[in-house]
Amino acid sequence: MPILEGKKVTKYFGGLAALYQVDFEINTGEVVGLIGPNGAGKTTLFNLISGFLPITAGEIRYKGQKINGLNPHQICWKGVARTFQSTKLFAGMTVFENVVSASLFGSKRTVSLPEAERETMELLEFVDLLSVRTMLAKDLPIAHQKRLEVARALATKPDLLMFDEVMAGLNPVEVVEAMGLVAKIRDRGITIFMIEHVMKAIMEVCNRIIVLHHGSKIAEGRPEEVANSPKVIEVYLGE
Amino acid sequence: MEGFNVITKRPFTVGAVLLILILLAIMPFYAKPYPVISLTNILMYIILTVSWVIFSGPTHYISLASAAFFGVGIYTSALLGKILPLPLIVVAGGFASFILALFIGLLTLRLRGMYFIIFTFSISELIRHFLLWWETNVEGTVGRWVVMVSHNTVYYIILIIFVMTMLIAYLMRQSRFGLALRCIGEQEEAAIHIGINATIVKSLTFAISATFMGASGAIMATRWTYIDPRIAFDPHLSFMPVLMAIFGGTVHFYGPLFGAAIFAYLEEILTTKFPYYYMLFFGAILIVVILFLPHGLFGLIQKRWKGGSE
Amino acid sequence: MKSTFLDSQQTPSFKKKRIFVFEAILNIVIAGLIMGGIYALIAVGLSLQYGVGRVLNISHGEFIMLGAFATWSLYTLLGVSPLLSLIICGPFLFLLGFLIHRTLFQYLRDKSESMGAFADSSLLASFGLLFIIQNIALLIWKADLRGYSYLNTPVSIFGAIFTANRIVALLFAVTISLAFYLFLTHTRMGKAIRASAEDPMTAQVMGVNIHRMLAICFGLGALMAGFAGPLISMMYEIQPTMGIEYTIIAIIVVVLGGLGSITGSLIGGFSLGLVGSIVTYFNPGLSLIAYYVIFILLLLIRPTGILGK
Repeated sequence: MPILEGKKVTKYFGGLAALYQVDFEINTGEVVGLIGPNGAGKTTLFNLISGFLPITAGEIRYKGQKINGLNPHQICWKGVARTFQSTKLFAGMTVFENVVSASLFGSKRTVSLPEAERETMELLEFVDLLSVRTMLAKDLPIAHQKRLEVARALATKPDLLMFDEVMAGLNPVEVVEAMGLVAKIRDRGITIFMIEHVMKAIMEVCNRIIVLHHGSKIAEGRPEEVANSPKVIEVYLGE
Repeated sequence: MEGFNVITKRPFTVGAVLLILILLAIMPFYAKPYPVISLTNILMYIILTVSWVIFSGPTHYISLASAAFFGVGIYTSALLGKILPLPLIVVAGGFASFILALFIGLLTLRLRGMYFIIFTFSISELIRHFLLWWETNVEGTVGRWVVMVSHNTVYYIILIIFVMTMLIAYLMRQSRFGLALRCIGEQEEAAIHIGINATIVKSLTFAISATFMGASGAIMATRWTYIDPRIAFDPHLSFMPVLMAIFGGTVHFYGPLFGAAIFAYLEEILTTKFPYYYMLFFGAILIVVILFLPHGLFGLIQKRWKGGSE
Repeated sequence: MKSTFLDSQQTPSFKKKRIFVFEAILNIVIAGLIMGGIYALIAVGLSLQYGVGRVLNISHGEFIMLGAFATWSLYTLLGVSPLLSLIICGPFLFLLGFLIHRTLFQYLRDKSESMGAFADSSLLASFGLLFIIQNIALLIWKADLRGYSYLNTPVSIFGAIFTANRIVALLFAVTISLAFYLFLTHTRMGKAIRASAEDPMTAQVMGVNIHRMLAICFGLGALMAGFAGPLISMMYEIQPTMGIEYTIIAIIVVVLGGLGSITGSLIGGFSLGLVGSIVTYFNPGLSLIAYYVIFILLLLIRPTGILGK
């Protein structure tokens, strides 16, 4: 059974269809990329999955259960976490506080403070932010901010992690580091669904890629297939 | 819970607080009536301000509904004054405000920023105007009389409410509930994605903050004895806690307390000595604070101590 | 508003009822337009300040009050016609608003960490202004109600009777609104204002001096207050505490018409005026309550306003 599936997912904003009858499947353990030109509906899809926006029509199932209609905090408790296109950190709080909050609230059961603190230290080490744990989130450089958002998402103990352009704004060196982090997360058994514009990263890290354009899925397949698909090329070059 | 560690970690502070409380408690015995009445007023403002900060401090949602909650407490007292004993009236006032705030909180799930501010103000004003209209047209007489209570009784009850408010404010701040509030205030969208049920947290906190306002309204009504919608729901009571909190600063725990104390004392002096100029002073102070002390008077102190105590 | 018409034995009853209803409707509509005109002006003023400058100017009503009292003083002390005061108060308040923005709000804007922080601090600063301006007014004019008589002669419009000053106020309000609407849609400055309201970044890129634009818009908001004040003083008694009620109405209209939409404020103003007129006809004390109820329902059901984006 796929860990996440969407059937005829549709979202209208007023009269405008941001997403139209999109079908998709994510299998456990995969790293699936989501690409498409700006305005294709990628972040909207994430917003529907995470429960932030209500779906207009269609269904989204997580581990077989319907999740569209649930609140974001409930979906988080079920094991879906995400990062955001423009980082939404708790700017005035420290790196440590950012992660420990997610650790404390990210599960339906009550997590004790010592347990949360332990998890936080472990995660900060995992993303290599341990040394700056007392810094305020807003004082971090962009690459560290992105990593902090990843750590915070991981603290909610997800089985599915959605990255929204986690590599945006990073220089080539940082992109390689980020790719390494994505691989490490995958190796931990977490399924990954990632929106990305940095093609190099998508090609190397993903098992499969879904392509959206004007709210519809126009292609899907392995990276090489998608890269050579005439439809996809036309959509990107025609921009 | 984390709160109890304070007693062992900072004995000096706890000792000082207890001493001050004892002094306050025995005040009616060694002071003349006027300072006691004055202090009652100041404590009332402190309660309103600290309560206001419980919700509006961490979330940055500026509520202008304080007058509504205080007024509900006043009217509870007016309506139940002859039926229930005083302590129950105070509790009833607090409870009524709790329910009203919970109702408003759940209603305004989606309203943020400017909309929330205007909405809360409108609720307060709607209640005021409606009650005024009701009393004028349906009941025929505007205003009610409240059973009178001795100055000292009022003082003690206000003191108790004050202690409870400070206690709850402190515990909330230290608890994970307070942490969730801060997350919501920092970045609400992210907060709900890490598992925080923002609706419940916000509504409950709003309701808790209203409870103390209602309770203090219930007891203050007995001091004023005559109340009507204009007095009970005076918008002044919605604006003042905001000013006092800004003045004192909301970052440091004691900011709102001292801000309210100083401001309330200032108001008393100004309204008696310069009754025609006090608004001018307040406006000027407010602008000066906004411009040059954005974190309030005590924000300055807190900034220097930023050693990561949290 | 009970008519003695129905007691008359002269005309048949169905004709009496028809005339009665027609007269009542006419009364309501014209009264609604009169109030609506004022509401539209003050709402447009607030909309300019909030839509472009993002300042929710809670002291807006105080500027209206200043305009009203300046007119009163000019009339009772120097015999200056209120209509002439329009031309005096308007520009003067424009200048005042412009300067206040240039100094106070510009400073806050530069110093604020985010738009959210600026929204809060500018709101609080405008509170401070409210206190200061109202206190100054109380010092100068004292707290009593003031009024004056100007063009008090009754005028009949198809049977509906109004004092001439109200009709004149209506005409001026409509003219100013129309003129301003044309200004916004047909002049370069007007288009620059609308562009700044919709997208300040792009406007700046296109050559608009954003800092000056913000101050100008704030000033224009005060200008509207400067027009509304004299008109209000012609029709009603005034006191230094009158401001807040007008500010609230302005806020209600702005939200009703959609935050940021100046045309929305115009239409919203007249609409609310009509609603108020209808409610007042049946029960005079309920109009403000009706506004609040509409407002609260609006915020809950459709916060973007009837015409909002």
